[in-house]
Amino acid sequence: MLRILWDSYSIWWADLMILKHLWQRFLITSLMSPVLYLLAFGFGLGRGIRVGEVNYLEFVIPGLIALTAMNTSFNGAGMKLNVDRLFYKAFDEILMAPVSPVSVVLGKSLIGVLRGLISSLAFLAIGLAFSPLRISFLFILSLLLSCFAFAFVGVLAALLAQSHQDMSTFSRVVLMPMAFLGGTFFSLEHLPGWLRVTIYLMPLLHSNRCLRAEALGQTFPWISFLVLIAFGLVFFLACLFALRRMST
Amino acid sequence: MEAHRSIAATPFIKDPRGMILIENLTKVYGAIKAVDSLSLKVEPGEIFGFLGPNGAGKTTTIRILTTLTKPTSGRAWINGFEVTRQPYEVKKQFGVVQQHLSLDRELTVWEIMELHGRLHHIKSGERRRRIEELLEYVELCEHARRKVRDLSGGMKRKLMIARALLHRPRLLLLDEPTIGLDAETRRRIWQLIRRLNSEGTTIFLTTHYIEEAEALCHRVGIIHQGKLIALGQPLELRLRLGEFAVEVLFDGQVHYHYFQSREEAKAYVRNLPSEIKAIVVRESNLEDVFVELTGRKVEDAENLVG
Repeated sequence: MLRILWDSYSIWWADLMILKHLWQRFLITSLMSPVLYLLAFGFGLGRGIRVGEVNYLEFVIPGLIALTAMNTSFNGAGMKLNVDRLFYKAFDEILMAPVSPVSVVLGKSLIGVLRGLISSLAFLAIGLAFSPLRISFLFILSLLLSCFAFAFVGVLAALLAQSHQDMSTFSRVVLMPMAFLGGTFFSLEHLPGWLRVTIYLMPLLHSNRCLRAEALGQTFPWISFLVLIAFGLVFFLACLFALRRMST
Repeated sequence: MEAHRSIAATPFIKDPRGMILIENLTKVYGAIKAVDSLSLKVEPGEIFGFLGPNGAGKTTTIRILTTLTKPTSGRAWINGFEVTRQPYEVKKQFGVVQQHLSLDRELTVWEIMELHGRLHHIKSGERRRRIEELLEYVELCEHARRKVRDLSGGMKRKLMIARALLHRPRLLLLDEPTIGLDAETRRRIWQLIRRLNSEGTTIFLTTHYIEEAEALCHRVGIIHQGKLIALGQPLELRLRLGEFAVEVLFDGQVHYHYFQSREEAKAYVRNLPSEIKAIVVRESNLEDVFVELTGRKVEDAENLVG
């Protein structure tokens, strides 16, 4: 067990070194879209709109944190892995090392988790300037869980992709609908039943519900919390499966 | 002065299955048999060369030996450990230098080595010593802080060799170790390979350069379309054909004839009809062996598979 964690750290370590070399670029690119969303939807569109008890800005900021966590964790874990695997073949180095598949999946996900955390917390700091959010232990835990779940999705996509094109297709077909429909920008109350059911199958919705409830001091949706854990586990196992399939 | 320290492998217990044992190995991709019922044994201490055109199945064989690809059928062992069943043990036995530059371009030279050392569970003090030693060995010491993306092709290749040696593997697998390198760098890498071998590392290399196989290898296996078509010492393979070759231009085509001695070759040339002018008498080489066995030159065969 300790060996597995240590090996994961070794794999993570290399990605940490790269992050150290390139951290400025990383921070700017990952903060770009949430800040734009905030300006466009929060200030441009949302002023004066109220969602239930709260004004729109307060509503949308926790959602944008979840969205940032999703995008950055996915890209942080998946994009480089995909290029390393298919183009530079640098991933072979990890595959040929005497480490367990669990370490490989965990190690390659951790950089996504870290990057997701850094950029969503950085955005949170910006958000706090505009809206009083309640940051609790459960808030941080839900954020961490979301980062893990979406980092696993990133690793999974990178392991399954046959080309770089596949990565962006995956991103458009899976992540983009979640970004727009997954409860970041609006509440699901007024949606038709069938659409609401579909959205309940999206992991991002559950990140949104957990983060928003904690940030706004509402009742914590434990079901969504458990669903998020379940998603994370399923994605993790899928990564292991994809890794095993790769060597055939 | 301190005695010359060995950079190579630790001593090992000899396994009756040799360093590499391959039995009836077959790998099928769709309709193509990349490797076709290959059987082979490489003994500890050898430099064994796998010679053949691109697409002959050399890289697939290396991928199977390094656990990256699963064979369709057949089995393989490295130092007694079975490749598909004991991948964890197998991974500790070999170091590999792949044909493509499988390096993370964003890492520095030192970080590439450091990562490998960590993945192979080398303790930190020993790791630092060993990295310094190996970077010196391949003359990359002054470049330790440079990123891989800023290195020349030869430096990257040497870094890959240094990395492959870090955990003191008993077997070094080299897939086209000098491809795309200039003549001087190639010779330096040959020297490095010879030195490693003299210090006890078994070498298994693939190449499509005839002169590389002749210059380096104790034994050579010639592979063509996934099949092993010849196996033996380079000289032995040449002698089977004839030590001397006569090239005759006739009807606009070059014809080859082989003889066991220079005298026989000369006698043949003397008796040729006087209208045949273009004649070359030379020592035979592995290229001739390949041509005789396949009816093609190594480079031509390469063009056929693209």
